[in-house]
Amino acid sequence: MRFMLLFSRQGKLRLQKWYLASSEKEKKKMVRELMQVVLARKPKMCSFLEWRDLKVVYKRYASLYFCCAIEGQDNELITLELIHRYVELLDKYFGSVCELDIIFNFEKAYFILDEFLMGGEIQDTSKKSVLKAIEQADLLQEEDESPRSVLEEMGLA
Amino acid sequence: MPAVSKGDGMRGLAVFISDIRNCKSKEAEIKRINKELANIRSKFKGDKALDGYSKKKYVCKLLFIFLLGHDIDFGHMEAVNLLSSNRYTEKQIGYLFISVLVNSNSELIRLINNAIKNDLASRNPTFMGLALHCIANVGSREMAEAFAGEIPKILVAGDTMDSVKQSAALCLLRLYRTSPDFVPMGDWTSRVVHLLNDQHLGVVTAATSLITTLAQKNPEEFKTSVSLAVSRLSRIVTSASTDLQDYTYYFVPAPWLSVKLLRLLQCYPPPEDAAVRGRLTECLETILNKAQEPPKSKKVQHSNAKNAVLFEAISLIIHHDSEPNLLVRACNQLGQFLQHRETNLRYLALESMCTLASSEFSHEAVKTHIETVINALKTERDVSVRQRAVDLLYAMCDRSNAQQIVAEMLNYLETADYSIREEIVLKVAILAEKYAVDYTWYVDTILNLIRIAGDYVSEEVWYRVIQIVINRDDVQGYAAKTVFEALQAPACHENLVKVGGYILGEFGNLIAGDPRSSPLIQFNLLHSKFHLCSVPTRALLLSTYIKFVNLFPEIKTTIQDVLRSDSQLKNADVELQQRAVEYLRLSTIASTDILATVLEEMPPFPERESSILAKLKKKKGPGTVTDLEEIKKERNSDVNGGTESTPVNASTVALPDSPLQGSLAELVIGPRPRPSRLNSSHLAIHNLQTGIPPLFKGFFTSKSTPSPSADLLGLGAAPLTSSSPPPSTTGSLLVDVFSDSASVVAPLAPGSEDNFASPDLASSEVVSEEPADTVHDADELIHKFVCKNNGVLFENQLLQIGLKSEFRQNLGRMFIFYGNKTSTQFLNFTPTLICSDELQSSLNLQTKPVDPTVDGGAQVQQVVNIECISDFMEAPILNIQFRYGGTFQNISVKLPITLNKFFQPTEMASQDFFQRWKQLSNPQQEMQNIFKAKHPMDTEITKAKIIGFGSALLEEVDPNPANFVGAGIIHTKTTQIGCLLRLEPNLQAQMYRLTLRTSKETVSQRLCELLSEQF
Repeated sequence: MRFMLLFSRQGKLRLQKWYLASSEKEKKKMVRELMQVVLARKPKMCSFLEWRDLKVVYKRYASLYFCCAIEGQDNELITLELIHRYVELLDKYFGSVCELDIIFNFEKAYFILDEFLMGGEIQDTSKKSVLKAIEQADLLQEEDESPRSVLEEMGLA
Repeated sequence: MPAVSKGDGMRGLAVFISDIRNCKSKEAEIKRINKELANIRSKFKGDKALDGYSKKKYVCKLLFIFLLGHDIDFGHMEAVNLLSSNRYTEKQIGYLFISVLVNSNSELIRLINNAIKNDLASRNPTFMGLALHCIANVGSREMAEAFAGEIPKILVAGDTMDSVKQSAALCLLRLYRTSPDFVPMGDWTSRVVHLLNDQHLGVVTAATSLITTLAQKNPEEFKTSVSLAVSRLSRIVTSASTDLQDYTYYFVPAPWLSVKLLRLLQCYPPPEDAAVRGRLTECLETILNKAQEPPKSKKVQHSNAKNAVLFEAISLIIHHDSEPNLLVRACNQLGQFLQHRETNLRYLALESMCTLASSEFSHEAVKTHIETVINALKTERDVSVRQRAVDLLYAMCDRSNAQQIVAEMLNYLETADYSIREEIVLKVAILAEKYAVDYTWYVDTILNLIRIAGDYVSEEVWYRVIQIVINRDDVQGYAAKTVFEALQAPACHENLVKVGGYILGEFGNLIAGDPRSSPLIQFNLLHSKFHLCSVPTRALLLSTYIKFVNLFPEIKTTIQDVLRSDSQLKNADVELQQRAVEYLRLSTIASTDILATVLEEMPPFPERESSILAKLKKKKGPGTVTDLEEIKKERNSDVNGGTESTPVNASTVALPDSPLQGSLAELVIGPRPRPSRLNSSHLAIHNLQTGIPPLFKGFFTSKSTPSPSADLLGLGAAPLTSSSPPPSTTGSLLVDVFSDSASVVAPLAPGSEDNFASPDLASSEVVSEEPADTVHDADELIHKFVCKNNGVLFENQLLQIGLKSEFRQNLGRMFIFYGNKTSTQFLNFTPTLICSDELQSSLNLQTKPVDPTVDGGAQVQQVVNIECISDFMEAPILNIQFRYGGTFQNISVKLPITLNKFFQPTEMASQDFFQRWKQLSNPQQEMQNIFKAKHPMDTEITKAKIIGFGSALLEEVDPNPANFVGAGIIHTKTTQIGCLLRLEPNLQAQMYRLTLRTSKETVSQRLCELLSEQF
């Protein structure tokens, strides 16, 4: 996989993951171009399209589009299910995930994706093992955090 | 503020995100962000040392701002500091920031690498995981250099935890993709292969990805993975849906792993071991069977996962292309999907069938679905699905259904989406040409194309129709009539005007007998379009007019009036003005004879790869069109000879794209090849043609700025004769190979004998009463012609022998031109072809005797039809005997018919090449020669020679870009022999190493001999 994007129906990018280095300028251009193409498509259309020299696999969940760019010989259907599995992971973790969860906890969305995919290839397809890894990390986090006053959090202290 | 479900550690961050979301305008957002950036900056710069938590929070805010699309130019240092924190979450945020924001900033990379090194050495699996993720995310060369050696050790170490193994495998994969040179193969590779047997399916999944990528480049190293992958796959497909627990996805056992294993197997040919092969066939059958079973769940995830495996299995079946039964089953399965209610499945079925169409086993089965596909073209609501349908129609097209498919595509073109029109136009043009039995159909189709989608008809398409009309005299009259009729439309596309202008300029005379299309009517019709056209078209029309002056002297004055008008002679466009001036002048001063020569009909174009096909390849990128085409060609399915002809030698490749650009100069003497004038002292004729430029220069010396055509004049000096087709032939030489063709006597230039030594002198030197045992220049002549097909074979003071030949598959035709250089008749002129007994059985030559009298200064042509029965080593001998001035002459030369002439180039991807290379690893199949360079070692020349040799030149196949790699198939009547070659130059030593691998020992040997002499 070359990259994965999450964006809203309004064209706001919520998550971007690049598995092949390219310049920021080029990335922005690709994001803009691809969002335009995907957002223009109608609901019943097929989930695959050829774009530049890549294949794009996308699926819409509520207000969010999940969009993967894969190589010519990669399997489209399994990529579609890879998106679904990622959504399931987010759902399980956040408990009925919505776009706001991903906005406010973008770092978590990244961590979950990293546990699931690495270098553009699937690392583990088992929902259990991915979530176990994330939960362990959360445990470590909770141990770390010392309680703080609200004022301090607001940067007023 | 919405509730944050977990990890609600950074309230400040949540507040900030809320603020941003509440901003009513872009300006407000930017203001808020700038405020925050100022705040963070001051915190980072402040005197008070920040604690880890605050650092983490601010770094996270920066990350958020960056992800909103704003530039971030600070905070990197703080992020790097977080890496060395002992707190997991701080480290994690630090790594995230670096993964997202760091490019190869060398200063930082050193620090980051240090932190990674510490974490990798920590033996703490969570920290190791973070470090490996960071390497995989950044993946820069610096990181590859620092860690590519270390990661394989982690991967295969016995005590590494499963989760770390998974990360290490994929991390290594990522590094190998960007910097393969830093990833050394070694002992670890065999241990990695054995991870396919691991108990943990997550480890197997990650390892399969890694092995697949590595095996593509190093197939030999990972060969053992085939049997392991097969047994793993077999265990998965036969398992019950609950056996694999969490690795079962919606009742499908381990779909990801299955897809990956099937992908890995596509790096290799079908397993050699019969047991493994049998087991794999069973697996594939099971997968096909499962597709027919009722679904275990109504959820789309279930069917998607199941079909993902099915499609990958079909890809493997197509890749192996060896089990007709499986191929046909796959085709039937896809046929069902063509009418499935899921758009996704219809799309994929169309896509997958495209590749099936190129297999000889399933081509016919694919064709049975033609009506469904045509229907898809008409009814699919999604353009990307329609596009696939067009592709499939193109792929399934052959002679039997070409008319229907072309008609449907033309139909569709009227309403097609703008985005795919140009491609459809190219495809229609290619199919129409390739499968044209009747060229009137071809002409009609192209004119229809221009009518329906004129804007999308690229130059290549209309150049091509002109090339074909010029090369085929059976269609010229029809073409003239048809364009004439098409031009009657009040509004016609400019491309039609171009084609019409060109064709009428060449062949308008063929319809001028009909009073309804008399010369004047033709001219008026064209001229009525003139003022509506762009400058290049008008320039073309001016050339048509001057050609009319020659074709139709009766309208010369009308044309001169037009040329003379101010709008032409004083046209603001320099090109138009120049043409008007030059053509007017030419029509006024040149005699009818000169006009007739200068403006004679264009000679046939040399056959070469269709420029349209080249364009389609370029458009679709290599690997899509190319592969299909090449595979088809390779398998020798019924590809019409019309389109892709034998590769022509280097000198003809350099033709201009356009049949007419620039001005008259090029129209008559441009780099278009001229009819052969083989006599070396072709002064007079040559001058008639190349003589035009000086004529022009003399007349119009007042040119102030060098115009485009002034440059073109220089082209008159381009090498003209040797590469051109003979004057008497039209179209591809090979279309009617083995049919009768009378010898043609072409007059030599008058006065040429002045250049020759006296007959006495000549005869004293050349005359030989000896029989044919002195063969001139022996093999050197052969070597001269190995990489080219045309040129002067032999010359002395009496006789010149020229050659022009063309080969396709196992057939060829050679024109031999005998030029009498003297002014005296040759009598009893008898050329004889001599083949040894051995050669006779492998090479069939047919020719007719030539006229026994060759007049002084005349040229005689002899046609030899050649058929290669089986591979051969020697060359036939051409013996010529004649009487000249009372003395008997006997000359023998070897005729350069060499095995490589029957080469058909084959394009293939790197992976395929090395796979085949490995397959041909018997010592008898390989022939190697190391030799000193005899010529300067120039890359471009070498490339041209390899192409001239007949094989395809494969770019980006050899990991060393300095090496040359080629592939092709030797066609003989009895068999086809696949050939691979590799030439490795060593500039320092001025040496080459040439390696040939073919499926036949004698072929390897002969090709190696022949090619070694070329460099």
